[in-house]
Amino acid sequence: MAPALVWLTALMVVPCALVLALAFFRRGIYGGIQYTFTLENFGLVFDPLYAGIFLKSARIAGTATLIAVVIGYAAAYAISAAPRRLQPVLLFFAVLPFWSNYLIRTYAWIVLLNREGLITQLLRWFGYTGEPPSMLYTEGAVIAGLVYNYLPFVILACYAPLSRLNPELAEASRDLGASAITTFRRVILPLTVPGIAAGAVFVFVLSIGNFVTPALLGGGRFQMIGNLVYDQFLTANDWPFGAALAMVLIAIMLLVLMAQALAADRASGRAAQVSGGADG
Amino acid sequence: MAERSPATRRTLWLVLSLVFAFLYIPIAVLVALSFNEGGLPTAWSGFSLKWYVSLAGNSAILSAALNTLIVALVSTAIATLLGTLLAIGVEMRRHYGKGLEALIFAPMIIPDIVLAIALLSFFSMLNLTMGLHTIILAHVVFNLAFVCSVVRARLKSFDWSIVEASTDLGASAVTTFRRVTLPVILPAVIAGALLAFTLSVDEFIIAFFTAGAGRASTTLPMQIYAMIRFGITPEINALATIVMAVSITALTLSQRLNRGVIGQ
Repeated sequence: MAPALVWLTALMVVPCALVLALAFFRRGIYGGIQYTFTLENFGLVFDPLYAGIFLKSARIAGTATLIAVVIGYAAAYAISAAPRRLQPVLLFFAVLPFWSNYLIRTYAWIVLLNREGLITQLLRWFGYTGEPPSMLYTEGAVIAGLVYNYLPFVILACYAPLSRLNPELAEASRDLGASAITTFRRVILPLTVPGIAAGAVFVFVLSIGNFVTPALLGGGRFQMIGNLVYDQFLTANDWPFGAALAMVLIAIMLLVLMAQALAADRASGRAAQVSGGADG
Repeated sequence: MAERSPATRRTLWLVLSLVFAFLYIPIAVLVALSFNEGGLPTAWSGFSLKWYVSLAGNSAILSAALNTLIVALVSTAIATLLGTLLAIGVEMRRHYGKGLEALIFAPMIIPDIVLAIALLSFFSMLNLTMGLHTIILAHVVFNLAFVCSVVRARLKSFDWSIVEASTDLGASAVTTFRRVTLPVILPAVIAGALLAFTLSVDEFIIAFFTAGAGRASTTLPMQIYAMIRFGITPEINALATIVMAVSITALTLSQRLNRGVIGQ
């Protein structure tokens, strides 16, 4: 195992430590790096311009997460309610698109949404004659692309706890007079929170640092944190600031992961209560 | 299962149909357009393979495909070897620290863009000329983590006493690995390798940052990205269809092998 650990240390730990160090240096006059300690880069992150990009990224990632979880949970629930022998097949086909290239899945949405794209053609076919609607290069297009790309994972994450659910719990709840909605809200939902949390964290973390989707579906002027980091390294040539942005991104990611661990902990406590209550 | 009313059942099937339509219509449109003579979504002008033929004559795409194949094969080979050994090493020792666990888990969750800029900074600080070899170095990082996790899952149910038995009977460590351990974990190793191969073929951002200047080390995803940025062309549809077919085949195979593992 030693060679693998050396590889990971040399090509992941050391480079990441380097980026962390880089974030505390100053940008040289001609774009190089000046090795004097500074906190300026982190100060700049909170400049209204860049803080605004962080907030926008969080908003877009949050919206995509919410939509993906709602659709993904509904789909996972429907799969878990299908006949037993059909479930693996349905699950397989729900996850299959996830295995094709990310760029291509995103490109598919350009084909659908562009001004002469399929949706415009459909509208024309139904007799629409006005200006083609502008759907591509909007925040909505970016959110649609993110939901589309990450939905299969949410389905997979939510299906796991739903398929393990003891059907007697729901029956018991209904026998005791709870409505279908109450049963869902008080019994099924709490027991499946870990799946929802895992799916949500996955979508949020991958969305907030995403570079490809905003670049392709958001158009040239649309920026999220990932694009900002990209710019600092490849066009603006301000590596220290880019490094600081990347470190803030990692910090957000770690916070979200910690929140998930907490939520899963609390949910397992509550789940013990619910199933304990049903047994007794 | 609790009996559901026909109305509920209809609603559930409706939900499933809508979700599957959402998942498959964008891909289906792309595949259909790749066979469209005119190449545009405006009208179906007849079945044609001409966009595939024109792909075969596009030297930029062919050289990018060759680069991708080199990167994917070499990085998969290294990652499969290192990842498998890592998995065996970790699972053989019962006690391992949380730090080790985090180190193995990190490459799978670290945002691509962060690893990409980290490696770019690292390689340029070392004054390393970047090219296919740096992409390979980078791809091994996440590939070995994925191989390791697939093989570890298989080793969870592995009975280590047969390894002891083999050594007690006088077999060398190499013979024991070749004749006892490897046959048991082989399906998982192949599944991990196929997964790594697909991940490497599809990976864009890290390759983009570690490829260095010039077009010589452009990989297929980098070529696709450049083409998409340039605009919609029917050639991308054909290329996309081929790439999708390749990765879906590789991963279906990987999944089957893995299910075989679980079934044993």
